[in-house]
Amino acid sequence: MLLELDNVQKSFRDSEGRVPVLQGVSFTLEAGQTLALTGESGSGKSTLLHIVSGLEQPERGRVLLSGSDLTQLDDRARAAVRRTELALVFQQFNLIPSLTVAANIGFQARLAGRTDDAHIDQIVTALGLTDQMAKYPEALSGGQQQRVAIARALAVRPKLLLADEPTGNLDEATADDVLDQMMQLVSATGAALLIVTHSRMIAGRMDRQLHLSRGRLA
Amino acid sequence: MIRACLSALMSHWRRNPLQLFAYLAGLALATALWSGVQAINAEARASYDAAEATLGEAQFDRLMPRQGASVSQDTYLALRRSGWLVSPVIEGRLGAVRVVGIDPITSPTGLGALNADGPLALDFTGPVQLFANAQTARDLGAGVDVTRTPDIAPGIAIGDVGMVQRLLDRDDLSYLTVAPEQPLGRLDLSTVAPNLRLQPAQQGTSVGQLTDSFHLNLTAFGLLSFAVGLFIVHSTIGLAFEQRRAMIRTLRSLGVPLRTLVLLITGEMLGLATIGAVIGVVLGYLIAAVLLPDVAATLRGLYGADISGALQLRAEWWLSGLLIAVLGTAFALAGRLWQIARMPLLASARPRAWIMASGTRLRLQAFGAIALLTAALVLAVFGQGLMAGFVLLGCLLIGAALLLPVLFEWGLSQVQALAKGPVWGWFWADTRQQLPGLSLALMALLLAVSANIGVSTMVSSFRTTFVAFLDQRLAPELFVQVDNAADSARLDAFLTQNATEVLPLLSTEAQIAGQLTDLFGVRVEQTYRDNWAFLDATDAPWDAVDAGAAVVVNEQLARRADLWVGDGVQIAPDLSLPIAAVVGDYGNPHGQVVLSERVFHRLHPGLSPLQFGVRTDDADQLRQQITARLNIPDSAMINQAAIKALSLEVFERTFTVTAALNVLTLLVAGFAILMTLLTLADLRLPQLAPVWALGLTRQKLGWFELLRAIALAALVFLCAIPLGLALAWVLLTIINTEAFGWQLPMYLFPADYLKLGGYALVAAFLAALWPALRMMRTRPSTLLKVFANEA
Amino acid sequence: MKLRIVLFLCLWPFAAFTQGFSGLGTDAEGFAVPAPNPTFSFPADHGPHPDFRIEWWYLTANLTGTDGTPYGLQWTLFRSALAPGEDKGWQSPQIWFAHAAVTTPDTHLATERFARGGIGQAGVRADPFRAWIDEWALEGADFDNLSLTARGPDFGYDMTLNADGPLVFHGDRGFSVKSVEGQASYYYSQPFFRITGTLTLPTGDVPVTGTAWLDREWSSQPLADNQKGWDWFSLSFNDGSKLMGFQLRQADGTDFTSSTWIAPDGATTAYPNGAFRTDPLAQSTVADRTIPTRWQVVLPQRGVDVTVSALNPDAWMELTIPYWEGPVTMTGTHTGQGYLEMTGYE
Repeated sequence: MLLELDNVQKSFRDSEGRVPVLQGVSFTLEAGQTLALTGESGSGKSTLLHIVSGLEQPERGRVLLSGSDLTQLDDRARAAVRRTELALVFQQFNLIPSLTVAANIGFQARLAGRTDDAHIDQIVTALGLTDQMAKYPEALSGGQQQRVAIARALAVRPKLLLADEPTGNLDEATADDVLDQMMQLVSATGAALLIVTHSRMIAGRMDRQLHLSRGRLA
Repeated sequence: MIRACLSALMSHWRRNPLQLFAYLAGLALATALWSGVQAINAEARASYDAAEATLGEAQFDRLMPRQGASVSQDTYLALRRSGWLVSPVIEGRLGAVRVVGIDPITSPTGLGALNADGPLALDFTGPVQLFANAQTARDLGAGVDVTRTPDIAPGIAIGDVGMVQRLLDRDDLSYLTVAPEQPLGRLDLSTVAPNLRLQPAQQGTSVGQLTDSFHLNLTAFGLLSFAVGLFIVHSTIGLAFEQRRAMIRTLRSLGVPLRTLVLLITGEMLGLATIGAVIGVVLGYLIAAVLLPDVAATLRGLYGADISGALQLRAEWWLSGLLIAVLGTAFALAGRLWQIARMPLLASARPRAWIMASGTRLRLQAFGAIALLTAALVLAVFGQGLMAGFVLLGCLLIGAALLLPVLFEWGLSQVQALAKGPVWGWFWADTRQQLPGLSLALMALLLAVSANIGVSTMVSSFRTTFVAFLDQRLAPELFVQVDNAADSARLDAFLTQNATEVLPLLSTEAQIAGQLTDLFGVRVEQTYRDNWAFLDATDAPWDAVDAGAAVVVNEQLARRADLWVGDGVQIAPDLSLPIAAVVGDYGNPHGQVVLSERVFHRLHPGLSPLQFGVRTDDADQLRQQITARLNIPDSAMINQAAIKALSLEVFERTFTVTAALNVLTLLVAGFAILMTLLTLADLRLPQLAPVWALGLTRQKLGWFELLRAIALAALVFLCAIPLGLALAWVLLTIINTEAFGWQLPMYLFPADYLKLGGYALVAAFLAALWPALRMMRTRPSTLLKVFANEA
Repeated sequence: MKLRIVLFLCLWPFAAFTQGFSGLGTDAEGFAVPAPNPTFSFPADHGPHPDFRIEWWYLTANLTGTDGTPYGLQWTLFRSALAPGEDKGWQSPQIWFAHAAVTTPDTHLATERFARGGIGQAGVRADPFRAWIDEWALEGADFDNLSLTARGPDFGYDMTLNADGPLVFHGDRGFSVKSVEGQASYYYSQPFFRITGTLTLPTGDVPVTGTAWLDREWSSQPLADNQKGWDWFSLSFNDGSKLMGFQLRQADGTDFTSSTWIAPDGATTAYPNGAFRTDPLAQSTVADRTIPTRWQVVLPQRGVDVTVSALNPDAWMELTIPYWEGPVTMTGTHTGQGYLEMTGYE
C-alpha cells in the first residue's frame, strides 16, 4: 500500500468560529495506481492535497505514505518526504521565475540530491521541451510552463505525483496534450497519481475516482 | 539542498539587478547619512577631547591676570610659598601654532596626554623640544625640535615651561592652574597676588557648552536621518520579500523545510545588509570628508575652537553604521519571517494585514501624537535647559509624524466625499486605501521637508541678523592693537592728529550681577550713534552713556541677569548705572557692559586702551604711518574690510554642513517613497485590475499613480510648513537661547519654502516615476491573471 | 637609610629617560660617587650636593600629647637630580619633592609636594640653615636649633627642635655601605632633638612634646641589582642609648644588614652585615598588601632582643611612591620608642 488515509479531520478558524473542512476522510492508493479527487469549490480538495503532501497537518487521523505516518513527522522530516517521495504539479505552475527551464526542471532533483541526467533527458524529450531549456519561464506559453512543472516533478522519480488542477489554466487542446503526456510519463515511471480536478473527463481517465462533498467522501 | 536553495534565492537578484541595487542602495543611503553625521560628530568630539586632555582646560580653576596676559614668575613663587598649589602655564604663538609651556612636575594633570604613550624624553637642561601632532609639527617647520604624538590637539604644541619661555624669548607666565586640593592655612589671593583673579573651571573660556550645542544640532540631524533610514530599510526589506513571496512558497512546496528557508533568507538578507552597510559607511566617510573641512571652519569661526581637518576612520562609527543597518534589517526581517511561517502555501494571495488600515491602529496613533504634542507644548512653556529644548524638538517631530496619517485619513475622506464622478471617487478611495502602506515613507518625507524648512529659516535668520551686526560692529576702517600703556598713549595722541575719529576700547573683566562680564570703556563718537542698532533703548542712549549716566549692555547679560532698559547695573561697589540700551551681540558667549571712557578710567585708573578702532579715509596709508612713526608692527593692525570678509566667509561656510545634510535627508526621503511605491506596486495589482477591466487604460492608471504621489507630497508639504516653522521657532527661541544665551529674531523666507516645496514635489515625482512606468507597461495577461487567481 | 628615591624614579615618568631601576642601582653615569674616609665640612655639608644623584633631609619624631596620647611625625625633603650639577632657572636638572605625615593611634595623614630646582620654589641653604619647598620649611640659625612647618589639605604642624647631643656618623665615619658589592652613601644623623609644638589635626590643635631624629644622606648608586626593598629602624631606648639598623631584602631571600649603636653621649659603634637581625612576628593587611607590623629585632653584641610594634599598623603613605612609615614602641630587653620604614612590599 503506497498511501493510506485514515479518518482524516481538519477544520479552519474564521471569524465565526471553527469551520470543518475534512470530516473523517479515509481512502487508499496502491503503487502505480491513478486516482481522481473531484468536488466542488470549497469541498476540501486542496486541503486534502496539502495534507497528503505534508504541507498541512490534520487535526485527527493518519496519513500513511509507504507505511510511515506523515502526521507523526516534524516539518523537517515531512519536507524530506516531499523532496524525495512526492512531487507536486500546480494549477499556477509555480515555476521559479529567475531560473531557466533547465534549472527549474533539475531543481527538485537537486534538492533531493538525486540528479539523473539521462532520466531528465528522457522526460524533456518526451515533453518536447528540448529547445526551451535555456529560456526563462516567462518566455514560455502556459502549456509549456506546465510541461516544465511536470518535468520538474517527475525528474525526482516520485512514488506519488500530486496534481492540483494541472490543466486548469490551459486551453482545451493544450490541456488534452499536457494531460496525455503526463499520464504517459506517470505510467512509464511507475508513479502513482493523485489528481484533483473538477473535470469529469479527466477524472474518467483515472483508475479510480473519489468525490468529496462538504468534507466527506461520497 | 542548501546550495540549490541558495542558488534559487540568488538567481532572483541576478535576474533583477535593479532590485538588488535598490536594496543595497536603500541600506547604503540610510547608513551613509547616519554614519556621515556620526563621523563628523565623533571626529569633532575626539578633537575636543584631545584638546581638553592636552590642556586640562576645563578641569581646573585658573589664576588669570586682571589685565594683560602676563603673570610674573615672582608672583608664581610668592603664591607657592603662601600655600597656593598652582602650576605655571605660558602660552604664545609661533605662526599659526599655539605653543603651551607647562611644568610637568607641578601640573595638576601631571603630564596628561603627553604621558599616554610612555614617558617623555624631557630634558630640562637640553635644547628646546616640543610635542605636537604631525600636522602641527609640519606647520612649525624645521627650526624647532618637535616630537610627534597624535594625542595632542591640532594647532597646539606643548613643551616644558622653561623651554617655551626660551623659545618665545619671555621670562613671564601666562596664567596659573590651581590644583583641586589645597592645603590648610593658605593666604588670601588678594594678599599674595592682588593682580590676579580666580577664574573657576568651565567658565568664560570654555567652549564646551557652545560646541555641545552645535553637536547636539548635528546629533539631532543624525537621529532624524536614522529614523528616515529605518523607514527605508523597512520598505526595502518589504520590497524584497513581496517580490519573492511566490518563490518562497514554491520552494517550500518542493520540500525545503521552513527552518532551512528561514535561516537561508536571514543569512542572505543580513549578508546583503552588511554589504549595503559597508558601502554606506564608506559613502558616509566620503560625505564626512567632504563636509568636515566646513565643520572645522564652522567651529573655528563660531567658537574659536580648533578641530582637525583630517578625518580618521573610527571604530565607533564604523560599528554604529553597521549595527544600524543590520539591526534595522533584522527588525524588519523578523516581521516578514513571521509572515512566511504563517503563509498559506498554496492558497491564492490574501489581502495582507499590514497594509490594511485598522481603525484601532489609527486611533492609537492619534492618541500617541496628541500626547507627544501636548508634552511639546508643556516643555515649550515650562521647559528649562538645552536638553529640554531638544526633547521638545523630538516630541514635536515625532508627534507631528504620527499625526500625519491620521490627518491624511480624515482629509482624504473629506475629499472623497466631495469628489465628482466615479473615477475621481475611485482615485481618492484608492489613495486612502494606500495610506497605511505609504505612511512610513510619508512620515519620512514630512520629517525631511520640515527639517529643511526649520533649518533654513534658522540659517537665513541668522545670516540676516549677523550681516547687520557686522555692519554695525565693524564700522571703523582700521583696528590697531597695542600691548602696553606707553604705546597706547602714543597711538592715541598720534591718531587724534591724523584720523577722522579715534575709538579706543578699554576692556577688563568684572563680576557684574554675579556674571563674569566684559567691561568696555568707549569714547562715544558719531560712529557708535550711527551704527549701533539696539534691541531696546531709551531715546538718546549714547548721550546718556557719554554723560556717564548710563550703560549699554548686551543681550547675553540682560538675559542671564534679567536686567533690561531702565534697570540699574551695579558696575562697582560704589557705582550703579541704569541701562540705556540692550544691544544684540551675536555669537559671543560673554556678557558685556559698555560705559564711557571717563567712567571706566575712574573705576580702573591703571588700565589703558589696548585696542583702537580708527575712522579714516585712507586706511592703508594710515597703517603705513603707524608702522613707520610709532614702530607698531603691521601685524597688530587689521582693516575692517578684511575682518568683515573673513567673518562673512566663515559664516557662509558655517552652515554649509547643515544645508548639505538637509539635501541628503530629502534625497533619502525620496528614496523611501520610491521603495514604498515599488513594494506596493505588485500588491496593488488586484486592486487595479478591476479598474482596468472596467475601462481605465494602463496609461491612465500610470498617470494616476504619478498624480497620487505628487498630491500626497503636496499634502505632506502643506503639513511640513507649520511643522517646519514650529521647528525653526524652537531652534531660534528655545534651543539657541539655551545654548548661546541670545535669541535670534525669526524671519520668514517664503521664497525659500516654495523652492523646498518644489524640490519635495520633484523628489516625489521622480520616486513615483518608475513604479508608474511599470504600471503603464504591465501586460494585460498579468492583470488578467488576477482574475484567474481569484477563481 | 632611605633608598625609596630609586622606587620614585621608577614610577616617575622621567625614569625611562634617565635610567631604569637596575641602571640607577649600579651605574653613577657622570654623578659623583661616595668614597671611603670622608671628610665632612659643616655647615656646608648640611646643604645640597648637586653632583650626587639623590639626597634627603629626613626627620621623624615620637611625640606625646598633654593627655599622654602618642603621636608620630615625619617631614622629608628629597632632592633628585636628572643630571649632575646645577643650572639657572627652569634649566636646573634638580627636582625636589617632600613628604609630610602625622600618625595617631587611629589615623595616619600624609601629603606631598613637588618642585623644580633653579627657580626658588624649593631648595636647601646651609648657613643659616633653611630647607624649604613651597610654604614648608625646616630652618634655624644653626643646625641644632630649628623650626619646622608643613601643611596638607587636612593637617599641618608647627614645631621647634633643639638638639642636646652631637651629630652621629654611620658606617665608617659617615661612609655607609649598602651591599656586598660595595654600593654606599654618605650618612649622618642628629638623633638628639627635643621637639615641641602643635599638631593641627582634623579634630583640632594638639600641643605635643617629644624627641626627633634627623637623617642626612646622599648618594648616587645606593642599591645593588638584586635588592628589592628594605626595612629601616631608628630606635631610642629609655636608657638613653639608640640603635639605627636596616636590612636590604635581596631577591634570593637573604638580607644585607647594617647598624649603628649610639651611646647616650653620642659615641657610635658600627656593626657589619649580619650582626643586626630582624624577624617579622605579625603581619597586617594595609592598602591591599601584607606588611609586617610587629618585628623581633636582635643585636646580640649589645644584648638587644626586643619586640618592635607599630603604634598604628595603617601608617601607609598613599603618595606618588607609596610606602609604610610610622612610629613604633619596643618591649623586651630594652624599652623605648622609635620609627620604622618599610618599602618594596607589593
